[in-house]
Amino acid sequence: MTSAAASDPPLLEAREVHKHFPVGQRTLLGRYTEVLRAVDGVSLEVRPGETLGLVGETGCGKSTLARCLTRLYDITAGEVWFEGRDISRLGRREMRPLRREMQMIFQDPYGSLNPRRRVGSVIGDAFAIHNIDDGEGRKRRVKELMERVGLNPEHYNRFPAEFSGGQRQRIGVARALALRPRMIMCDEPVSALDVSIQAQVLNLLVDLQRDFDLTYVFITHDLSVVRHVSDRIAVMYLGKIVETAPTQQIFSTPRHPYTRALLSALPPADPDSADSRERIVLAGDMPSPVDPPSGCRFHTRCPKARPDCVADVPPLEPVLDDRLEHLTACFHPLRPGEDLTASRPQIEETVLDEVPEERP
Amino acid sequence: MALLEVKDLSVSFATDDGVVRAVREMSFELDRGKTLGIVGESGSGKSVCTQTITGLTRGAEVHGEAWFDGIELIGAPSRVLRTIRGVRIGMIFQDPLSSLHPAYKVGWQITELIHAHDTLISRRRARARAAELLGLVGIPRAADRLDDYPHQFSGGMRQRVMIAMAMALNPDLLIADEPTTALDVTVQAQVLTVMRRLQEEFGTAIVLITHDLGVVAEMADDVVVMYAGKIMEKASRRDIFYRYHNPYTEGLFKSLPGQLPTRARLQSIAGSPPSLINLPTGCPFRPRCPYAFDRCVEDPPLVQVYSGLQHSACWLPRDLQERERARVTRLAEEEPA
Repeated sequence: MTSAAASDPPLLEAREVHKHFPVGQRTLLGRYTEVLRAVDGVSLEVRPGETLGLVGETGCGKSTLARCLTRLYDITAGEVWFEGRDISRLGRREMRPLRREMQMIFQDPYGSLNPRRRVGSVIGDAFAIHNIDDGEGRKRRVKELMERVGLNPEHYNRFPAEFSGGQRQRIGVARALALRPRMIMCDEPVSALDVSIQAQVLNLLVDLQRDFDLTYVFITHDLSVVRHVSDRIAVMYLGKIVETAPTQQIFSTPRHPYTRALLSALPPADPDSADSRERIVLAGDMPSPVDPPSGCRFHTRCPKARPDCVADVPPLEPVLDDRLEHLTACFHPLRPGEDLTASRPQIEETVLDEVPEERP
Repeated sequence: MALLEVKDLSVSFATDDGVVRAVREMSFELDRGKTLGIVGESGSGKSVCTQTITGLTRGAEVHGEAWFDGIELIGAPSRVLRTIRGVRIGMIFQDPLSSLHPAYKVGWQITELIHAHDTLISRRRARARAAELLGLVGIPRAADRLDDYPHQFSGGMRQRVMIAMAMALNPDLLIADEPTTALDVTVQAQVLTVMRRLQEEFGTAIVLITHDLGVVAEMADDVVVMYAGKIMEKASRRDIFYRYHNPYTEGLFKSLPGQLPTRARLQSIAGSPPSLINLPTGCPFRPRCPYAFDRCVEDPPLVQVYSGLQHSACWLPRDLQERERARVTRLAEEEPA
C-alpha cells in the first residue's frame, strides 16, 4: 500500500474535460437538436500508487468520465494527461502502447466476456494483440495469471458460463492485469456480486495493488466499498465534481450538501446508528443532463440553496479553513456539526418536502 | 395470533438437471404492523418463499403450511387466492418497470386495479382514489401525473407507483421483494421513508426481502437469515446484529466493507454457495464454515433456541469464546497437512 505524497507528479490528470453527446431529433441538415452534457468540465489528478474513488449516483457521468480518461471515448473539450503528456488528441496507433498501461474492469462480468470463447483465449487476447510470446509461452502466462487471481489454471479451456459471478469477475481482473498496467480503471467491479463474494474480490484487488504497484480509479455508487478501498474520493453530480478530499475527510467533514445527503442516505448495517442517525431525504430526482440547472447544478434539490447558487457556478476550491487537498464547489459549504435537516432553501423554485405531512 | 405463520415450508422444482431444492423446512411468524426482514444472497430461496405463499410458484412441489389470518394459503384454490393476493397481501418487486404495463397510463392501471376488486365504485371515484394514492407515496402533482405512462417516471417514482398500487386496497401485509435494490441511495432513502410512513399510518405488516444489511438494520423488527434454502438464524433485529450466533451470519457481517480501516483485509467467506441440486450433507454452510467439525458433516443441525426469539441452525456452542477455541483447535489440526 503506497500512499503517494502530494508532491508526486500525477500519473493521470484531467483538465476541464467535457464530453457531450448529441441527442434529440435531427434537423434537415442532419444535426442533432440537443446536447447531453454527460461530463461537463471535470479536472482531477490521480497520483501513482493511490486509489481515487469516484462516487455518484446513476447518470452523474462517472462511467463516461472513466471512458474519457482511458480514451475509450474521444473527449469534446479539455485535456487528459497521462505520464506527463497530453493524450487527448492521440490517434489509434499512438494510443496503442499506452493501452498497455491503462486497463479497465467492468461491472457486468456476464456482459463483458464473450460467451463463445474459452477463458484462456479471452485472457490471452492481450498477449496476442501486443505480440507477446506465442503458443506455449502465452498459455503459461495465462495460467500464471489465472492462478494469481484465484482461478484454477486447469479451467483454461472452460467457457465463461461455467464460472460463477465472482469467478467471472476474476477473469475480468486477470485480463486487465495481463499486460502489467500501471493503472486500472475499475467501473463498479463488485456491484453485481453478493456480499461474501464481493469481499473476496475486494481483497484480491487490494492484494494486487500492493504486489504490482497499481494505481486505481475506482468508480462506484457504493459508499462503503469506496471508503474501504480509496485514498481520496471525488463526488460527482450531474457531470461535475462537487467535492474531492482524502477519504477520511469526506466522511468526517463533508462540505458539500450533496455529499452530506449522499452519506446520510446510506443505511448503516447497525441498528443503533440506524435509529439515531441524521436523515436528509433529498427531494426529487437528478435533473436531466440535457438541460442542467443554471448555476450550481444541485440547487434544485439543495436545502441550503440561495439566490447566488442559481445565478453563478461555484468553483471547485478549498472552502472555510480547508487545505488544498479538500476542494468543494459550493457557495454555502457546511460547517462541522451544522444541521442540514433544519435548512430550507431560500429560492422560489425548490419544493423540498414532497411527502405530504397531512394525510387523509 | 400472528398475521402470517409459515410452518415447515419446503419448495422444490423439478428441472432437467435434477430437483432444485429452493426452500427447506422454513418457519417464521409475523405480527400485524411489524416488519420481518429476510436476508440472504442470490439463490438462498428468500424470494421463492414469499412467491410460494402467494401462489406464484406454479409447478413447484410444495410441502408445509402458511397461515394468513387464519386462512391456509398452501394448496388454496385460486378462487380463494384471488381474494387475498393483491387485495389483502400487496406486493412490490425489484424492477418496477417490468411490473407496470408500458402501454397504459399509470392512472388507468391503478383505477383498473381498484375497479377489479370493487365493481361498485364509480370510475370517477376510483380515479380520485388513484390520485390520492399517488399523493400518499409522495409523487408531486399526483393528479396531473395520472395521465403519464410508466416510462415518463424516474426509477424512484416508478417504485412509488408500485407501492401506491400495492397499498391501493389497504392490504394487511405488504411483501416487498428487494424494493430498493435497483435504486440509488438517495432515492432508496426516499422510498424507505414512504414505506415507513405508510406502515405507521395503516398498520401494515411488511415482509422485506433484501440482501442489504443496512436496509434491514433500518427497517426490520425481526430478521431471518437464509442460506441455500434454509433458515440459518432468526432473531430480533438487535440480536441478529449484536448477538448473532450462526457462523454464516457472522461471515455476512465480517464481509461488509466500510467498517475497517482502508484496505484492511475483509474476512470474506471462502468459496461459493452450493448448488441447490447437489446439496452437501449435513449443514449446507459446512463447506465454507471456518468452525465446521465432524458432526456438521454427518447431521443437519437442529435449530437451537436461545434466549427469546433467537434461533440458530448450528451445532456450535452458544458461548463465543468456546467457539473461538473450537476454531483454533481445528486450525491447529489442519496445520500439518
